[in-house]
Amino acid sequence: MSSVAQKKGFGAWLWEWLTTVDHKKLGILYFLGGGFFFVLGGIEAMLIRIQLLQPESDLISAGLFNQLITMHGTTMIFLAAMPILFGFMNVIMPLQIGARDLAFPFLNSLGFWMFMFGGLFLNISWFTGQVPDAGWTSYTSLAITSPGHGMDYYAIGLQIAGAGSLMTGINFLVTIINMRAPGMTYMRMPLFTWTTFIASAMILFAFPPLTVGLFFLTFDRLFGGNFFDHTMGGNTIIWEHIFWIFGHPEVYILILPAFGIFSEVFPTFARKRLFGYTSMVFATVLIGFLGFMVWAHHMFTVGLGSTANAIFAVATMAIAVPTGVKIFNWLLTMWGGSIKVTTPMLYAIGFIPSFVMGGVTGVMQGAAPLDYQLHDSYFIVAHFHYVIVGGVVLGILAATHYWWPKMFGTMLNEALGKITFWLFFIGFHLTFLIQHWLGFWGMPRRVFTYMDGQGWNLANYISTVGAFFMAAGVIVLVINAIMTTVKNERVGNDPWEDGRTLEWATQSPPLFYNFPQTPLVRGLDTVWLEKQEGNKSGITPAVPIQDIHMPNGSIIPFLMSFGLFIAGFGAMFRLETAWGLPLLIFGLLWTFVTMSLRSVKDDLGYYVSKEEILQDIKHEGGQK
Amino acid sequence: MDLNKKFTPETWPEKPEIATFEGKNKFVGFWLFLGGEVILFATLFATYIALKNKGPAGLEFSTQELYELPLVFVMTMFLLTSSLTSVYAMYHLRNYNFRKMQLWLGFTAFLGLGFLMLEVYEFVHYVQLGFTYNNSAFSSAFYTLVGTHGFHVAIGLVWITLLIFRNAKRGLNLYNASKYYTFSLYWHFIDVIWVFIFTAVYLMGVIG
Repeated sequence: MSSVAQKKGFGAWLWEWLTTVDHKKLGILYFLGGGFFFVLGGIEAMLIRIQLLQPESDLISAGLFNQLITMHGTTMIFLAAMPILFGFMNVIMPLQIGARDLAFPFLNSLGFWMFMFGGLFLNISWFTGQVPDAGWTSYTSLAITSPGHGMDYYAIGLQIAGAGSLMTGINFLVTIINMRAPGMTYMRMPLFTWTTFIASAMILFAFPPLTVGLFFLTFDRLFGGNFFDHTMGGNTIIWEHIFWIFGHPEVYILILPAFGIFSEVFPTFARKRLFGYTSMVFATVLIGFLGFMVWAHHMFTVGLGSTANAIFAVATMAIAVPTGVKIFNWLLTMWGGSIKVTTPMLYAIGFIPSFVMGGVTGVMQGAAPLDYQLHDSYFIVAHFHYVIVGGVVLGILAATHYWWPKMFGTMLNEALGKITFWLFFIGFHLTFLIQHWLGFWGMPRRVFTYMDGQGWNLANYISTVGAFFMAAGVIVLVINAIMTTVKNERVGNDPWEDGRTLEWATQSPPLFYNFPQTPLVRGLDTVWLEKQEGNKSGITPAVPIQDIHMPNGSIIPFLMSFGLFIAGFGAMFRLETAWGLPLLIFGLLWTFVTMSLRSVKDDLGYYVSKEEILQDIKHEGGQK
Repeated sequence: MDLNKKFTPETWPEKPEIATFEGKNKFVGFWLFLGGEVILFATLFATYIALKNKGPAGLEFSTQELYELPLVFVMTMFLLTSSLTSVYAMYHLRNYNFRKMQLWLGFTAFLGLGFLMLEVYEFVHYVQLGFTYNNSAFSSAFYTLVGTHGFHVAIGLVWITLLIFRNAKRGLNLYNASKYYTFSLYWHFIDVIWVFIFTAVYLMGVIG
């Protein structure tokens, strides 16, 4: 078990990745899995834009269009943005706090495989022709009457993936609470760790409502439940509440880690301490709290009454305050810094105006009377793409370039990186800026085509051209990634040369036990501090070199998730086939039996001996 | 962690469930998980309250006619007592008295099973009256809320049975102490949820 590369057969290689519980490997799996779904969701987006290129286009049928918008939204939120962020959290957060792994490595693996099988379950629908088509919000007046099994794929697929996210959220929380290195107090934690912490807390409280809502939907569609059927006394508004009690915190779950990423990138490349660290932490916590208080602003036009609308309008606008605090802090971090314009820094600088625009339109919609005008128009589409793409996706792309060397041990090409940025950034504004006006001009969202002569033609044309720029940007990024991987020029601990936090004091990629000796943290930006004081390694060890306890790998998470995957098919075909019910029972039993195996079979982990660690250190020294 | 390490009541740590690093993680993680479970049940309660007595025109069932407090009272006694016996078990866990701990956990499982049987009886009884899952929005919400609780009880029963038999021969150590303790946390949580079900579903249902 040393870091020296060994020649292995394909079987052994595959087995290692299927059974791994190492947070860095699972992080890479999350990253690649999420990347795959990101491309898939991107292709769906391109088809949408191509259909809307011209008025009265008949390239794509209305039904397929509904399937495309539903799957685009669902895929991007649940299967692309979240898993990719989970990937960065997995790899980087434990390194930043000086931990050896997450608190529950087994659970981490289970969370990943549940995400993967849930995502596959959802997308298998494409091969059956029965695809979710009631929108990513899946309002039940549509969803319970949607014919075929499309919405069942949605409900069950998200159920499996969502349960995985919940576990991983708990895992991150416990890791941060219990496993910080000596001296790493809460107020010395890097901002990315802080945002991971708050986003995980939000996951813990936002995902259970989604779980319940999806169960209701599944029961209504497959087991004769009556939650949302008004002829049976049900109430479809219940779904809207449950969905948005989950759904609104969810967008903060996505954006907070992106804020964390930028809070790492700005100080690194401005080579200056993050301005207003304490207020940054406070703003993060406040956004996390307020994020639960605003869900009904998605439902202003439902008719909850003016009192409810007023309360939720004010709460919504209040979120602009902590967000504004953050924006000013980032600007003031750059102020007077010695700025290096690298690719991640470009994304960070581009993020600020883009996200501010999304925030401002958000406040506009927060004003309930104005929202009556904007509701269900392209203005809404423009707004949420400005915050999600202008915030989350730019954050993900920044992190991809910033942490690539830490994850894969080699640097992405900077020239290609900058080309990606400009293509994507220009394409993004080209696509979505004009959609604000489209909304004002009355174009409703979710329509598969529009009539000629309404003055929407040019704007839609521009928007589609922009989408092609974004696609080109992503293609350049993929080429960049492949080229870099093939070239495989190894880099040292701190390839950006200005790393401030603990991940830059480990090897790239780190040894499987992360730190030969647990570091002692002496302040905020501890590695920067140590380097300023002349300690080149960036670390003051807290303990002597000693045996390290590590967890064993396990295939059980994969098997457990697979059981749920097949149980999902059983539940779906229970009514029309003879094998449905047995398959459902078999799948659930499979999961419970494998889970029990985990319980009754002792798993005490193993020790990496002191000698092995000394050898690894020596080997690393020889490499330099 | 060395499983063969033998303890005496004197050397046994005061809080064995958090004496190891893994135990501490499990302790914090499980409390957080229970926090999430609270939200899960809160959503179910809210839905039940919104859909209570709601059904198609001419719904013949209402909480007043359906619920029978004597049965529910017996169920409540079963579950509350099982929580008490699990406290005794944890007392013996802390005192390194394995046999007595197993005994009290056995009582806990037995009482939990009794509760579950009564719940099954209750459900079967309602279904025979025609109050099926598909009957109305009220019935769906009722069975889903109370059934989710019952499912949690069933999971707990399987869990504790596995623990009792798996460790029957080897006794207590720091590895399984945290497992036992986590189970007891879970069991108390189920009990607390039942107190809310008893109040919000049955008592408020009968009073109307």
